Amino acid sequence: MQGFAVEFSAAIALILNGDPELWAIVLLSLKVSIFAVLISALIGMPVGAALAVARFPGRRVLIILMNALMGFPPVVVGLLVYLMLSRSGPLGVLELLYTPTAMIIAQVVLVTPIVAALTRQVVEMLAEEYSEQLRSLGVSRLASVPVLLWDARLALVTALLAGFGRAIAEVGAVIIVGGNINHVTRVMTTTIALETSKGNLALALALGAILIGIAVAVNAMVSTLSLRAEREGLRHA
Amino acid sequence: MRDLVSEMARHITVKGVQIARNGSALLDVPHLTLGGPGPTLILGPNGAGKSLLLRCLHGLIVPDKGHVEQGGVLLNANHKARQAMVFQQPVLLRRSVAANLDFVLKRQGMPRAARKMRIAELLVEGGLEGKARQSARSLSGGEAQRLAILRALALDPDTLFLDEPTSALDPSATQVIERMILRASASGVRIVMVTHDIGQARRLASDIVMMQGGHVVEHGAARQVLDDPQSDASRRYLAGGLVT
Repeated sequence: MQGFAVEFSAAIALILNGDPELWAIVLLSLKVSIFAVLISALIGMPVGAALAVARFPGRRVLIILMNALMGFPPVVVGLLVYLMLSRSGPLGVLELLYTPTAMIIAQVVLVTPIVAALTRQVVEMLAEEYSEQLRSLGVSRLASVPVLLWDARLALVTALLAGFGRAIAEVGAVIIVGGNINHVTRVMTTTIALETSKGNLALALALGAILIGIAVAVNAMVSTLSLRAEREGLRHA
Repeated sequence: MRDLVSEMARHITVKGVQIARNGSALLDVPHLTLGGPGPTLILGPNGAGKSLLLRCLHGLIVPDKGHVEQGGVLLNANHKARQAMVFQQPVLLRRSVAANLDFVLKRQGMPRAARKMRIAELLVEGGLEGKARQSARSLSGGEAQRLAILRALALDPDTLFLDEPTSALDPSATQVIERMILRASASGVRIVMVTHDIGQARRLASDIVMMQGGHVVEHGAARQVLDDPQSDASRRYLAGGLVT
């Protein structure tokens, strides 16, 4: 117990003293996950919105597939991205393996289905409510997409935060494609795994505390926005 | 004042319209012409097919058989662009009051300065001045319906369809809405409105289409239909009987 208290005090000291190594790792984690979420938003939101308003054969199958991808095991995603980026893989020529870009790609693969599925759900619900009114105003199905995305903005930000939560806390995929290289691809989760195995609990605990802080902050934002979206009459079904 | 030609161009004619679901007829209107200048009220009990007929007139629903014409021409996109509709439950965008009006004005290609002025005029018209920046979703039921009517009028329609716009409102809010409708009618907008409120029909209607069971049972001048109904269904409905 005394050992834990010592490690915990050391962890607090690392945070409060602004340990450069610790904050470099935090910064890289945030950079990778924020980039990944932004790219996922650019792909997932239009795809989700299109699936919500368009009607075509196979649409239900696509929706089921997209929902299933939300629960895709991160290590499998890591493995697939690794195979794509490895020297003998189709994208090996880009030499992205063991770089932050590779980690961003892995997180994009993990987060995009979440963003797309939640967008589809929110936009479909709103489209149902707006459908007759927009048609009455002469707004075509295609032209309704930006209207719906804008009006669902609060719920969509919660979808992005949910995606960010998944990305920042993910370890399996980024360790495979990033390689956990010091000062290059070491992020919070991979460092916690490594430092714990080495017995350096202070750094692991400090990063763990920051990760929990981020998770709590993200959840608080999700909760606040959900409440506002609910007041506006729109939330995830 | 609109001349006879433009009046004729606004005549709406229903020809052989039928809608059925699961083998039962929901709407069966062989012929109906809505031509008078004053408000037309479609009156009848729940399930009479009033809202369905209104949606057919506005082109929101394509009938299984038959069609709707305006000015002797099959209802088309040009007609629809000059029509607007207000629903029983106002569907307001999740934006401010002013942004709801701006949405339709912008779609018409109106420049920003002109939009600003028109929005200010409309807000005064609907008694919503001072609420421009308020979220439309936070308005009261009466205010929300007023905004929905203003947004419809912002389209500068020649025909305004209203589907029981006051069914969820108290008498004072209803009165405000009725005044707006009468003002719109007086300014030349053709009003076609669904209601099940006989008193409202008496207050607003120039002519009345009485419906029951998906059929038009009577159509005529308001005073004649209300004071001297020709069909049994109309007589029972107007006498306060439980018409189903």
